[in-house]
Amino acid sequence: MVENAQIWSMLEEVYDPEVPVLSVADLGIIREVRTGEDGIEIVITPTYSGCPAMDVIRTNIRMKLMEHGYRDVRLTTVLSPAWTTEWMTERGKEKLAAYGIAPPLPLQQVCHPAMFHREEAIPCPHCHSYHTTLISEFGSTACKALYRCEDCREPFDYFKCH
Amino acid sequence: MGYPAHIDYSLQLADNALILGHRNSEWTGHGPILEQDIALSNIALDLIGQARYLYQHAARLIGGKVTEDGLAYGRDAWDFRNCLLVEQSNGDWGKTILRQFLFSAWQYYFYGQLRNSRDQELAAIAEKSVKEVTYHLRWSGEWVIRLGDGTEESHERMRRAVDELWKYTGEMFAPAAYEKELIRLGIAVDAGEIRPLWGEKVGEVFNEAGLEIPVTWMQGGGKEGKHTEQLGYLLAEMQFLQRAYPNCEW
Repeated sequence: MVENAQIWSMLEEVYDPEVPVLSVADLGIIREVRTGEDGIEIVITPTYSGCPAMDVIRTNIRMKLMEHGYRDVRLTTVLSPAWTTEWMTERGKEKLAAYGIAPPLPLQQVCHPAMFHREEAIPCPHCHSYHTTLISEFGSTACKALYRCEDCREPFDYFKCH
Repeated sequence: MGYPAHIDYSLQLADNALILGHRNSEWTGHGPILEQDIALSNIALDLIGQARYLYQHAARLIGGKVTEDGLAYGRDAWDFRNCLLVEQSNGDWGKTILRQFLFSAWQYYFYGQLRNSRDQELAAIAEKSVKEVTYHLRWSGEWVIRLGDGTEESHERMRRAVDELWKYTGEMFAPAAYEKELIRLGIAVDAGEIRPLWGEKVGEVFNEAGLEIPVTWMQGGGKEGKHTEQLGYLLAEMQFLQRAYPNCEW
């Protein structure tokens, strides 16, 4: 019988189509892997309700397991507890920064509806300056915000706290 | 087959999210600047994502061969249960922003309460969605302040938007017959209870924006399928493909 750890290592090779340096394991969207006589069950949770990558991610997980000979795979989606960037692995955050996307800060003061309320300064992933400005809270995907570095003048994405 | 009130209620929540999501998506490619076009499109995506979970839930309650797509594309205006506010046409940027703000402020407190619903699926959807709505509320509220307290022109446009939309806000707090039944069962939120919180948030933002709350009569009916003519135009466009080519996939 297949070990859980083997499945997890396969999931580390399934990448987020929108942020291709992050695996689904790094992203923290795999909540549980169950292996038993009746096959494999993988429990996943979406990042955002409208994330258009979820269907592709589900297909890619099936494909990856099939490559290793596992056909009997059930994918279950759960919404609660709701995904948070706290579940992203430290390795994932390092990979994001190396890719040029500022990784999410620890969740402390977000999810606050106060107007003009900002997170702490986000360091530029290129030159590491903290002298950065928010351009828009919504970036190229729902999970990112758009920033500009006032020192190296480069725009960059910030994977926002959630 | 689930309990009829329960189905109506799930549809109401799904319809609210879908119709406003669709309205916002009408701005995609037409936003005043690229970043705000992207912002509103992202909000549309969140809302349509929430609608999908809610329609899937409603489809399970109805049972049989009903699907989320069938519910979104196969019902006519009188079957829709959404509030009148979300179906109102986009108008200018100010009206779109105000519509989003008034609704996001409601949805923020509403989902906050729905997390305690005895329907665990609705509670889970609420728990997920309230995090997304927090961003919508902050974004739209900041824009209301920016425009209301902006130039003479932007202030005047916001004032007009308030005049146009305020009459549709009362309905959000007036429970329909099927809601009253579910409030007793601990499934639905008693939206009357969140009115003070909503009023406080809206008052605070209006105050900073230099906008006044008008004294007006309130128009309702959307939750029971009595809609303004705006919804028909929206559905004609949104449902066209499935009406012309039933069950088509691509």
